[in-house]
Amino acid sequence: MNPVTTITSPAVPLLRDNIDTDTIIPSREMKSTGRAGLADGLFAPWRYTDAASRTRDPSFVLNQRDAIGTRLILAGKNFGCGSSREHAVWALAEFGIEAIIAPSFAPIFKANCIRNGLLPIELPEEVVRSLAWEMVRIDLAAQTVSAGEESWPFEIDPEAKEMLLGGLDAIDVTLNHLKDTFDRWMRVDMTRRPWVYLSPRRTDDGAQR
Amino acid sequence: MPQTLVDRIWDAHRVATTPGGADLIAIDRVFLHERTGASALKRMAEMGRSVHDPARVFAVTDHIVDTRPGRTDATLMPGGQAFISETREACRAAGITLFDVDSPDQGIVHVISPELGIVLPGITLVAPDSHTCTQGAFGALAWGIGSSEAEHAMVTGTLRLPRPQTMRVSFDGALSPGVTAKDMALALIARHGAGGGAGFAVEFAGSAVRALDMEARMTLCNMATEFAAMTGIVAPDEAAFAWLAGRRYAPAAFDHPHWATLRSDDAATFDREIAIDASSIAPMVSWGTSPEQAIPVDGAVPQGPARAHDYIGLDAGHAIGGTPVDAAFIGSCTNSRLSDLRKAAALLRGKRIAPSIRKALVVPGSMAVKRAAEAEGLDKVFEAAGFEWRMSGCSLCFYAGGEGFAPGSRVISSTNRNFEGRQGPGIRTHIASPETVAASALAGAIADPRPLLARVAA
Repeated sequence: MNPVTTITSPAVPLLRDNIDTDTIIPSREMKSTGRAGLADGLFAPWRYTDAASRTRDPSFVLNQRDAIGTRLILAGKNFGCGSSREHAVWALAEFGIEAIIAPSFAPIFKANCIRNGLLPIELPEEVVRSLAWEMVRIDLAAQTVSAGEESWPFEIDPEAKEMLLGGLDAIDVTLNHLKDTFDRWMRVDMTRRPWVYLSPRRTDDGAQR
Repeated sequence: MPQTLVDRIWDAHRVATTPGGADLIAIDRVFLHERTGASALKRMAEMGRSVHDPARVFAVTDHIVDTRPGRTDATLMPGGQAFISETREACRAAGITLFDVDSPDQGIVHVISPELGIVLPGITLVAPDSHTCTQGAFGALAWGIGSSEAEHAMVTGTLRLPRPQTMRVSFDGALSPGVTAKDMALALIARHGAGGGAGFAVEFAGSAVRALDMEARMTLCNMATEFAAMTGIVAPDEAAFAWLAGRRYAPAAFDHPHWATLRSDDAATFDREIAIDASSIAPMVSWGTSPEQAIPVDGAVPQGPARAHDYIGLDAGHAIGGTPVDAAFIGSCTNSRLSDLRKAAALLRGKRIAPSIRKALVVPGSMAVKRAAEAEGLDKVFEAAGFEWRMSGCSLCFYAGGEGFAPGSRVISSTNRNFEGRQGPGIRTHIASPETVAASALAGAIADPRPLLARVAA
């Protein structure tokens, strides 16, 4: 995963509340179990007047000339609600989006962003609106969003910040630093809550193999 | 120090606090499905990683399996068969228990996990599916994650995450006849917004929640994700222990002192409290394209965002009752359990759905639910009324590009989401309880189930 440090991009406004992951990437656009090949289906219900022929809807903001090559989307409240499908984040990332600024995010979507190097930034609704089409600069280390002479601080979970800045793989970090701690914890837990630990190789009809 | 139930379970699972300030939380169960789980398994294999404890990881094919009788691996979704076959191969390679297409235990993940006793009080359970919160009904901390986090949970036995804030939503008073857990959830979301629970783990409490049976508690917790909450949970009681006793993966004895501690202390404080008078709730139905756009079935459409009115084709001021519908759907992880089917069948018995209904489906939540319903003859009631009786699965809760409703249809649905295109391009979905779906299917238009219920009871 590439580290995220600063992002400079025009901010494309998609200022609707409750934009769901079915809209970001419909189930029918998830054509393989892999993570690639999803950008073409990004926002398919809105981007295309006819999804089958991929006829573009010129009124949709991402199809507008000024949005070409954007790395930053502005959205309304509760962005990414609905299905937990990580494909929504993979599609956005493959399309070239590196950050989303919204008043709030759905929790699973936000966690998925962090795991994929996509920066979710929460700012008050009026600030988000004021950024539409501005050239915005994001500095993750400083935790600021700036446009022109103005600058706004944003909050981010310290762990998420560390992961994004370092381009870290969370699994490697856990295995490298905490595996021994977990193994010790589990040995104690197995005596404390034995019912949690199921016997292996039990088949789905209940028989022991 | 008084504790909430969520904090108590959290602390019992906290392995470490990471240098970044998050907690490393032990994960007791992981449940995958073919739609998002296959991605996690494939990536795990590509990275050369293996499952830490395969005995505690389960998988099922539910999202894109065909639900028509006599099904095979073939699906109506283009390319869908690869999800099923890749999931099967990956589960075999990883040593994970799979409830496959032809298994007698197959069903929707959040229906079969409790049925098999995989979820237990006080455990942590995650799945790459947003409705994992359903299983909070048993006093487990159960929540939806993405595929990458599922991989982390399988490989390391843990997840790294910040401690959620806690919210208590108390429903006190008695529900009126014809008002269900589904209506409680929709009323909460309508009053406090689809983003109202963001950042919180929600404990559902109060006399109206304690009075719910286990299946209704699952329906209530199921919709916590529609409230943007991390999860919903109900403190487990004798009803929960009795429901789980004897299930395949549950422990033989449910008398361990640990379970008795699984409640919030009387003096515990929550970061936020919401109180709702349960007696004030009416049967609810959604009018728009977000679950927060829900109103009493005898109400009128309020002024909402223009886009929602345009999509759904209803103006402000329009009485929602009497709006003609083209299709009806009973199923999904929200409302596909035996009690849901019984309640809908009670209204349909001896009647026919309106001739204007072009498609009406009942999809049991699991093959066990299907067998139990058939033993009671419910399948015959549904079929005589004009419903199709299906094999278990997620089915038309969402549109995967294969089977769908007629383009532009208006559907009354016992599902959880009314998003634009959720059940197919241009489809207008109205979410409601199974009783309201049944009453509407009979009327051919959105209908209040209460008058029918009164007649059935009389």
